[in-house]
Amino acid sequence: MIALFYIAGAIAVIATVAVILQTNIVHGLLYLILSLLAVAVIFYVLGAPFAAVLEAIVYAGAIMVLFLFVIMMLNLGQHTRDQERDWLSPRGWIAPSIMAAILLGQLLTVLSSIDYDLVPEQVGVMEVSALLFGPYVLAVELASILLLAGLVAAYHLAKTK
Amino acid sequence: MESIPVEHGLILAAILFSIGLIGVLTRRNIVFVLMSLEIMLNAGGLAFIVGAARWGHAEGQIMFLMIITLAAAEVAVGLGLIIQMFRRYKTVDINVLSEMKG
Repeated sequence: MIALFYIAGAIAVIATVAVILQTNIVHGLLYLILSLLAVAVIFYVLGAPFAAVLEAIVYAGAIMVLFLFVIMMLNLGQHTRDQERDWLSPRGWIAPSIMAAILLGQLLTVLSSIDYDLVPEQVGVMEVSALLFGPYVLAVELASILLLAGLVAAYHLAKTK
Repeated sequence: MESIPVEHGLILAAILFSIGLIGVLTRRNIVFVLMSLEIMLNAGGLAFIVGAARWGHAEGQIMFLMIITLAAAEVAVGLGLIIQMFRRYKTVDINVLSEMKG
């Protein structure tokens, strides 16, 4: 189990680096799906099977298919790929990468002070749903209103005039 | 059962978040910017799940559910905006959206 955590973590990091280095959008999207599935495996190892299933169905399934539809509608060809290669110059990469590395260094400094070994225990669908429809029922209602607002906004924005 | 140091999970979330941040800052293709935002949101969700595993509670998973809902709504609106932008400018370059600068 513990080896699975580190293997899936390594796959997630490598696939995510591959996402932001791609020039072809569809290849980037496929690497992103791989990264999300690796994170789903990590969720399962950490004892959250419900979150792992949701990650695979909602993230890697629904949201990524939405991306794929839009990429099909945009219909970007070889021209965009060449343009993308020009944009990926080292000059534009260095400053943001250094800034992000500084942020990561600060986070690692803070996190290194934590010293706790967790023993993953399964928290299944039953515990989550008992809370979801108990004390957190208002949050579920608000989430449904948010999704409705997103639906209406997406319909309005993508509509042809 | 073997144990996993809790900081390793949080460090993984921090690394994924930083990669997503680099993607947002460096890419000029708006679809890649939106994908990098998804990476960052997912890293935040991973940190919540690690927290849930640390305390053995289900609350972290509920926060992850809220994050996934937010991500779905955000992607729907963002992709609608991308379609509208492509219709108007015939490009996915975010630099064409700098008309409002003084």
